[in-house]
Amino acid sequence: MATTPNGFNLDSGGKRIVVDPVTRIEGHLRVEVNVDDKNVIRNAVSTGTMWRGLEVILKGRDPRDAWAFTERICGVCTGVHALTSVRCVEDALGIKIPENANTIRNMMHLTLYVQDHLVHFYHLHALDWVDVVSALKADPKATSELAQKSSSWAKSSPGYFRDLQGRLKRFVESGQLGPFKNGYWGHAAYKLPPEANLMAVAHYLEALDFQKDIVKIQTILGGKNPHPNWLVGGVPCPINVDAVGAVGALNMERLNFISSVVDQSLEFVEQVYIADLMAIAPFYKDWLYGGGLSSKNLMAYGDFPEHANDAGSLMLPRGVILGGKLDAVQDVDLRDPAQIQEFVNHSWYKYADESKGLHPWDGVTEPNFTLGPKTRGTKTRIEAVDEDMKYSFVKAPRWRGNAVEVGPLARMVIAYAKGDPGVKELIDKTLKALDVPITALFSTLGRTAARGLECLWAAQKLRYMTDKLIASIKAGDTSTANTERWDPKSWPSSARGVGFCEAPRGALGHWITIENTKIANYQCVVPTTWNGSPRDPAGNIGAFEAALLDTPLADPDKPLEILRTIHSFDPCLACATHVIGPDGTERSRVTVR
Amino acid sequence: MDDTLSDVLRRQGVSRRSILKFCTLTAASLGLSPLMASKIAYALDNKPRVPVIWLHGLECTCCSESFIRSAHPLVKDVVLSMISLDYDDTIMAAAGHQAEAILAETREKYKGKYILACEGNPPLNEDGMYCIVGGRPYIDQLREMAADATAILAWGSCASWGCVQAAKPNPTRAVPIHEVIHDKPIIKVPGCPPIAEVMTGVVTYIQTFERLPDLDRQGRPKMFYSQRIHDKCYRRPHFDAGQFVEAWDDENARKGYCLYKMGCKGPTTYNACSTIRWNDGVSFPIQSGHGCIGCSEPGFWDNGSFYDRLTRIDAFGIEKNADQIGGTAAGLVTAAVAGHAALSAVIRARQRVGEATPTTEEKR
Repeated sequence: MATTPNGFNLDSGGKRIVVDPVTRIEGHLRVEVNVDDKNVIRNAVSTGTMWRGLEVILKGRDPRDAWAFTERICGVCTGVHALTSVRCVEDALGIKIPENANTIRNMMHLTLYVQDHLVHFYHLHALDWVDVVSALKADPKATSELAQKSSSWAKSSPGYFRDLQGRLKRFVESGQLGPFKNGYWGHAAYKLPPEANLMAVAHYLEALDFQKDIVKIQTILGGKNPHPNWLVGGVPCPINVDAVGAVGALNMERLNFISSVVDQSLEFVEQVYIADLMAIAPFYKDWLYGGGLSSKNLMAYGDFPEHANDAGSLMLPRGVILGGKLDAVQDVDLRDPAQIQEFVNHSWYKYADESKGLHPWDGVTEPNFTLGPKTRGTKTRIEAVDEDMKYSFVKAPRWRGNAVEVGPLARMVIAYAKGDPGVKELIDKTLKALDVPITALFSTLGRTAARGLECLWAAQKLRYMTDKLIASIKAGDTSTANTERWDPKSWPSSARGVGFCEAPRGALGHWITIENTKIANYQCVVPTTWNGSPRDPAGNIGAFEAALLDTPLADPDKPLEILRTIHSFDPCLACATHVIGPDGTERSRVTVR
Repeated sequence: MDDTLSDVLRRQGVSRRSILKFCTLTAASLGLSPLMASKIAYALDNKPRVPVIWLHGLECTCCSESFIRSAHPLVKDVVLSMISLDYDDTIMAAAGHQAEAILAETREKYKGKYILACEGNPPLNEDGMYCIVGGRPYIDQLREMAADATAILAWGSCASWGCVQAAKPNPTRAVPIHEVIHDKPIIKVPGCPPIAEVMTGVVTYIQTFERLPDLDRQGRPKMFYSQRIHDKCYRRPHFDAGQFVEAWDDENARKGYCLYKMGCKGPTTYNACSTIRWNDGVSFPIQSGHGCIGCSEPGFWDNGSFYDRLTRIDAFGIEKNADQIGGTAAGLVTAAVAGHAALSAVIRARQRVGEATPTTEEKR
């Protein structure tokens, strides 16, 4: 047994369990764990199993196009890379955006928060807590009573649940179980009574219907979803509420459309998502595993500037908490070469000196797919990886050498620790209602609850930002783009910049270097790179691995508990593993074989 | 017992009349005659669900996300009542070996009877290990599942053409499905992502008519991909009138003029965005003020900046015409129309050549 510098005990004896593919995530992930004779996890290894090399592809391109390329890093958290990219290019070129552009970007980003968190909870995560087959045994009348006790949502009659249950029953009896086939139904770790299961399954389907409506805000402002359009210098959608041609621009009808979707979103999040969370959580209150790094190290870059071009007005604050010190939130500087660094000695890349980390502006990435001597299987049929050597396409980013957890829990705790009144009220109210201490947040369930609370926060801010846009137009400001530096002839011969954002999954940064109006280097460090990172040269483990440790498995052949904890991070592997660095000669080496 | 959509809807209290209305709307959205509505209704009444295996290679999952945005039919009805989505790692409950077991079972039980839906594409470099599933290269999984499939749906521009990871210099050597699977019908549904209702429309078509849709020579369903965005763009009268946006957020942008000068690729992009539009018909890129970036076209990442005017027509004087006309007078409308006619002819000619263009593999 060994203790890591960040305080976790690892024992790679016992039985090795492999989960590959980990499903209900974005992209490709593999998890291996060692369990002791009591089936408690004593060693955890997370492996990102895809690599696309987008930053190589960006070299030599027009910086104004970079948002479209980087947006395609991920279609689940669609738009977060585009937003980060336009901010990054604007930072490099010193472009200030109009107030309305900032408001509209916030609206698009908040829309994603609401949709993405909702889809994560119901469609990627709920089946870790909800037993679909058990729902068949529920009494529709009792389900209706439960639903009416937990929420004022209108769809709660016994007939509604009876019809739904009937549809579910016939679906199961058809023998074609579709996406529910081979689930861990009946597993001992499922704790909900049949009625709660039926209610959750009903809302799984309702949320599937509703999520497609939330994104219409992005469609109006960005033309489509997934992958709406963005613009360096502002936003592409013009405002025209008065004059010739108003039909087709952002006009009164479009504003009313947005406003109506915002109200529906608030209602759905309050009356369905939050109500379900509060109804389900009490049954799992004593399953407080999965905290991992969260009670120690958390980080957020912050996001949602209330005012354009003002990083001091972030509505979600920036900060790092180390060693669980909530009263000593430190600042983050994305430009400081000593703060954010990436390591690769356990990643399938090559550095000249792998004992050291590199700041993204100086980053180097050369793919190097090699397997350690303890690997079981062959190069193209891996049975178990060797975590003592390289074992993942995810790099290991560290803040001043520390592994940190990012995401909704980090953001909510940092905002709480910094005394944000809105977040504080949300969290305190929830903890009180569930009768749990604040330490309960540092768990798988806490991560899941924080995402729900943040979804409500986002829906409220979406209302606020929509009203802000309307007030601005009323005051006579209809500007949406600054084109002073649109023409590359107006740019300096070389420039570099940083863009940041809080993606739904956590802190996201882009670093760009521009030479002679073209991209010379582009580097992204993304949320799942932080959370899903492999080990570093000092032996620190990342957030996924830490969170899995010490969790007992009821049935190692059906590792529901592993899925539950990994899903609580909402992994996005296409984001995490696209990364490659700046050295042109290395690039050309890997292009064609 | 086999549950059909019609059964389900009726048991849920949806009237027969409403079901028939749904069928009529489906027929209309596919551009089919009203007579076809009764065929759809018959299909919904009588058929068990077709097994669909949905694999993911190198991709960003935007196709799955688009699919779940479908408004007609709703995706819950597609999944519960039209198809049997037995494997899709993005939404399936099972994981690990329980998930992999479904693939083996499907190959055996539904040999030659299931549809393989491919999102993303396989990388060939590093023995395929830039995309690993279950410890093995994704391309192995793809080849195995393709071997016993009826047909392949190549979702999105990744599976159809290669898309962003195949943009130059294509570091992983990612290739579209048709370059590695040669013995199965492949229906390309390009776009980054494709429109939700186009995706569910293609699936519904196969389920309903028990045949594959008519494809153009590049393998795309004619019903959705036979016309350019520009052909049906509601801003087309401004193009014809020579009224163009000259700068972002200028007066002309606010009036909804043509985005050609801002780099719009609508004139060379085959897709249904300007007709079906996006997210239940709410808008599409041009309507929201940004030009089309051509995301359903092969190699669209490598055709210059998204803000460059269509350069391939420069030689024919189109840009010159547009420049002269831009922001001015009705007197030049005739020139614009003439210019436009030339543009269309050029593109048609180019398209005929394009239909015989080499594969991206050959280009490399």
